[in-house]
Amino acid sequence: MKKFQVAIIGGGVIGSSIARELSRYDVSVVVFESGSDVASQASKANSGVIHSGINSPPYSLKARLCVEGNRMFQSLAGELGVPVKWVGKFVVAGNEDEIAELEHLKRVGESNGVPGLEILDEAGVKKKEKNISCRGALWVPTAGITSPYQLTIALAENAAENNVKFLLETKVIGLKKQAQKFFVNTTKGGFLADVVVNAAGVFCRDIVAMLEEPDFNVYPCRGEYLVLDKSYSWLVRSMVYPVPPKHTGVLGIHITPTIEGNILLGPSAEFINEDEDTRTTREAMISLLKHAKEMVPVVPDNAVINAYSGIRSKLASAENGGWADFRIEESRNTPGLINILGIESPGLTAAPAIAKEAIGIIAGLIVLKEKGSFKSNRARVNRFSGLLETERAKMIEKDSKWGRVVCRCEQVTEREVTDALSNPLGARTLSSVKYRCRAGMGRCQGGFCTPHIVRIMKDNFGMDVIDIKLKSPNSTLFTGRVREVREHG
Amino acid sequence: MVEHLVDVAVIGGGPAGLAAAVSAGEHGAEQVVVIERNSWLGGILPQCIHDGFGVEETGKSLTGPEYAEQYINMALQKNIQIMLETMVIELRENREIVAVNSNGLHNIKAKSVVLAMGCRERTRWGAMIPGTRPSGIYTAGVAQTFINLQNIMVGRKVVIVGSGDVGLIMARRLKLEGAEVVAVVEILPYPSGLLRNVVQCLEDYDIPLLLNHTVTNIEGKERVEEVTISQVDGNMKPILGTEKQIKCDTLLLSLGLIPENELSRMAMVEIDDRTGGPSVNQELETSVPGIFACGNCLHVHDTVDMLSVEAKKAGKSAVECITNTGRKQYETVIHVVPGEGVRYVVPQRINRPGKVELMLRAKKPMEPVVLQVTAGKRIILTKKLRCATPSSMIKIGIVIPPRVFASRAALEVRLIG
Ligand SMILES: Cc1cc2nc3c(=O)[nH]c(=O)nc-3n(C[C@H](O)[C@H](O)[C@H](O)COP(=O)(O)OP(=O)(O)OC[C@H]3O[C@@H](n4cnc5c(N)ncnc54)[C@H](O)[C@@H]3O)c2cc1C
Repeated sequence: MKKFQVAIIGGGVIGSSIARELSRYDVSVVVFESGSDVASQASKANSGVIHSGINSPPYSLKARLCVEGNRMFQSLAGELGVPVKWVGKFVVAGNEDEIAELEHLKRVGESNGVPGLEILDEAGVKKKEKNISCRGALWVPTAGITSPYQLTIALAENAAENNVKFLLETKVIGLKKQAQKFFVNTTKGGFLADVVVNAAGVFCRDIVAMLEEPDFNVYPCRGEYLVLDKSYSWLVRSMVYPVPPKHTGVLGIHITPTIEGNILLGPSAEFINEDEDTRTTREAMISLLKHAKEMVPVVPDNAVINAYSGIRSKLASAENGGWADFRIEESRNTPGLINILGIESPGLTAAPAIAKEAIGIIAGLIVLKEKGSFKSNRARVNRFSGLLETERAKMIEKDSKWGRVVCRCEQVTEREVTDALSNPLGARTLSSVKYRCRAGMGRCQGGFCTPHIVRIMKDNFGMDVIDIKLKSPNSTLFTGRVREVREHG
Repeated sequence: MVEHLVDVAVIGGGPAGLAAAVSAGEHGAEQVVVIERNSWLGGILPQCIHDGFGVEETGKSLTGPEYAEQYINMALQKNIQIMLETMVIELRENREIVAVNSNGLHNIKAKSVVLAMGCRERTRWGAMIPGTRPSGIYTAGVAQTFINLQNIMVGRKVVIVGSGDVGLIMARRLKLEGAEVVAVVEILPYPSGLLRNVVQCLEDYDIPLLLNHTVTNIEGKERVEEVTISQVDGNMKPILGTEKQIKCDTLLLSLGLIPENELSRMAMVEIDDRTGGPSVNQELETSVPGIFACGNCLHVHDTVDMLSVEAKKAGKSAVECITNTGRKQYETVIHVVPGEGVRYVVPQRINRPGKVELMLRAKKPMEPVVLQVTAGKRIILTKKLRCATPSSMIKIGIVIPPRVFASRAALEVRLIG
């Protein structure tokens, strides 16, 4: 049976951050991810906001790790070649009562150590962002944006380059602890581990329940988004948030520019019964547009190019106000099990700090010796669309595939698709291509590039058409060849 | 950067681009280049393996590939330069084009440019269809590409939403390949595709067409498992309580076509919101001098025959603009606007008196109907038509008397039921 010192369950931003931190040391690490790629759940479906820390109560773990994570972000993103932009955010007040709320938010932020907070009147807001309609706003300069899936992918790929083993489409279905060792049963066989890190996101309770009676519940809360066409990137340059609705544990529907130049409207907040129900609903679509227009009236109705949703893994129910702190701890009943629980927003921001926190706990359990071979920098991922003309010409001279544009909306070349398919994790779905190089993310939503990517998968990677998937183990694209006779088991 | 100097540059090598290029060659342009991003010419024609192309133009019913071949051969005979697998990434107002292919970057300076980029399909989100996000959802044209060009089967049990022509054709195609086509669902009270396709593709194959219905939900965690269809009211809003679940593994979207004009916008070409394409004058010249438009990027056509005729005109105009033959400059421009019952009219501007051809589309089916063109209070044309439907473009010739033209009154085109 395969043995690892540390087994991480979950390849979201949390599992991948911990894996990447651990890859500095001389330890054997495996990550089990049930999806066909990392970032297959919450870590790909959020706002991509690097929060400042104004929204969590002072002295909470959320506040501390958010502010700390925010400070760590720039250098981490730099090492990994992940884009970040410090676009800042406005929390806008529609009336006098809300102006008073802004004062409160400012005080909380200042006590959490958030710099540069400033309350602006209507004219002050208009000067910076002319499409916002409000009475006044809190300006938060240290809030930024990043690409949440690019970050998760970069963390995981860098960890893999530093010898962490990623097992995709491998779901943990059982855990036992015997004689100081964990026996991890998965859909791909059994493994032994000294330490288990539970970073399973909204499924974190299921993992704990394999070993002991959990002392908490998870209340999944869905957040839906609409993505607007890039031609509307002029709507806002900064993020625009409402004053957070009271006793909901969420920040409200906001307008967020993405790092790629789209505009996001969302997220809604709906407590749901099923952990995995990432549907989008008509009601939410209508409500998102309505709320967005209250803050930015020129938001158009007919510029939606995509919609998606992500599930917040909340430790507090709606009845209890929807707010609970993060939990990062070793289980008292099962030593060696490290639980990372309730990592909802600002989990993406806090991820680097959460990883540090987890490493601190792991260091008390096994010896962590730094290895000389750790490579902190990831090879730069080139994008045709981001290159200068002269650079483009040089790249095409080196490899003519740089000259073959296969995604028209996002200007992605065949070479970038090939690179994406050659990733060190072995992820080979249409989505893994999309999240790595953006082919299929534009306004035609894959109409032009999908046949090209399928051709490349078949011809250059030898894939059989029935093995080509959209995003998960059974999300097959095709039923076979035309007029082919196949035996159906 | 490879520099090119040409007379006419045609962006897009589909039927419109080819016809425009051939016509430019015929009218004396010496250097004509067609820039095409695919590895083949003919646009979507090669995947349209059914027949029905060229009936109005040649009297023969050809398949898509056959129809395309005619124009490809003409283009080759005319020594038209073809750049395949070449993507135009920039178009400037001064008619400079930046394109990229595996040989590198190209800077093409053209005396005139013809836009013939075609259109793209409306997606699920364009119609805001909620639900889960599984595999098995295809636009009809993409499914057609896979089945007819890559020999790959997309599904076994299919629901088609939207009754545009590609959807109708695909209903029959899928059925012929052994798939079960459960239904074609159309939100309007009438089909959006041509009547002949409704008969030949649905009725002849016993495929139900559900009018006044739409898809209101998609279920399936990984692959499509079920869709919900609902009846809609007169405002196209789903009626609560009419939901029906249909088990299927594939949903095909035939929700309409959107003219591709990202490049046009880049060159500051003015776009008509009604057509989604450039607004042009009677010579098919856009608001930017020397840039012409034709085909589905100008407005979505129902048949290739009409499109080729229009594209030839664009090719001719592109040459005349260089040689200045037949181009008398008029200061005055009059606008053509759609009135009652009319969704759009092309051209949108006219800059000389005399004979002009108008192409227009009805808002809804009407029969019988009177087509009327007025300029201010003056009636220029009244014509009885047996019927008008949105799926069939109406083409009509008018003569604008010099006095009317000089009055600068806008022309209004109406369909009166
Ligand atoms: C709507 C929404 C908006 C948000 N906005 C922001 C924001 O703007 N800024 C911010 O900082 N944070 C934001 N967050 C929070 C942030 O997205 C999360 O905190 C973060 O992504 C959590 O990462 P994770 O790794 O814990 O979870 P996930 O990304 O869900 O990862 C868990 C992984 O575990 C895998 N897994 C589960 N069970 C098993 C098993 N048995 N075996 C193997 N693998 C398993 C899953 O497949 C999944 O990939 C938002 C969250 C949501 C839902």
